[in-house]
Amino acid sequence: MEKANLDILWVYLSTSPLAGLTLTLLAYLFAYWLQNKTQAHPLANTVLVSVVIIVIALQVTSTSYQDYFEGAQFIHFLLGPATVALAVPLYRQLGDVKQYLLPVFLAVTIGIVAGTISIVWISKLLGADFATQMSLSVRSVTAPVAMGIADKIGGIASLSVVMVLITGILGAMFGGQILRLLGVRSEMIIAIAMGNNSHGIGTARAFTINQRKGAYAALAMAMAVVINALLLPWLVTLL
Amino acid sequence: MKKTEPHSSRSQQLEGAGLGFLIGFAGLLAFQLLGELVVRLLAIPVPGPVAGLLFMSVFLLVRKRTKASEPEPLLNASSLLLAHLSLLFVPAGVGIMTHIDRIKDQWLSISVALIIASFVTLFVTAWSLKILIRFMNKPEPE
Repeated sequence: MEKANLDILWVYLSTSPLAGLTLTLLAYLFAYWLQNKTQAHPLANTVLVSVVIIVIALQVTSTSYQDYFEGAQFIHFLLGPATVALAVPLYRQLGDVKQYLLPVFLAVTIGIVAGTISIVWISKLLGADFATQMSLSVRSVTAPVAMGIADKIGGIASLSVVMVLITGILGAMFGGQILRLLGVRSEMIIAIAMGNNSHGIGTARAFTINQRKGAYAALAMAMAVVINALLLPWLVTLL
Repeated sequence: MKKTEPHSSRSQQLEGAGLGFLIGFAGLLAFQLLGELVVRLLAIPVPGPVAGLLFMSVFLLVRKRTKASEPEPLLNASSLLLAHLSLLFVPAGVGIMTHIDRIKDQWLSISVALIIASFVTLFVTAWSLKILIRFMNKPEPE
């Protein structure tokens, strides 16, 4: 009797989207708490921690990704409107950086071209296959857009998200120090380079330093989103 | 004398905030939908939401010139979505579990490429910006 009831319960949980959705929110809330607890240590990145918790939970209960996504898709859907919402930080900071708009635009473009060429060539040289190369090429674009571009150029959307996260965390951890060692003194220039390479995670890091740095990084990120979306599909066919 | 509030004010306030969010969220979805339609109709290789981002930026800038008030609901709904942007990446990130084998096979090329390319992007962006600012005779920002 007991056993039968548990079975019914289990069948319900594994087929209803409710479990995947609840798990995602609870894992995120824990990750968020942990991030605050550790004063935003780069390794306590909320996405990284949530993903690790959920993957372990799914493995332990032998739930497939497809079943999990049944529920999680409701959160995933919000990436579209969230991308549109990036228009707001862009609009808010435009006044601040107006006189540097042209050099910033050019520098972000040059940085994207250099970064894309190096990631595709290096990964190809070291034996990564085409789908991996293409998933890597979008690593500097904020995740929702990276997935869209990866899909279009022959990469794997979910793999590209992982590359995006690793790039974000790397840049947030070491970007500022490396640039200072390379003789860059201007905090604005550092913030723009961070936003260009490390998108949302680099921008979030810049916001923890101060609002102006955060705004510069947000601008570079939003510019990078548009430039990458227009440039990458064409650029990768040349490599 | 103590001011007496009508007892329904709290619920009216809540209803107003909820309505504001619905209006703002509808606006975001409408810009996204517009973006999706335009990139499909014109066959442009840009994700629909990015086109939506551009349309909404233009809308905000044009509106700033023509109207005194800001579109509060749209701005508030956007801030709310962006406040926990990280959460929205989680479902896709969990997808890594379907690629464990690929990552095991290619981990060396992936990690070396990510580290070098991050260095290149940071360095090239920062230095070209520095040179361009000097070249255009603008003061170097703080």
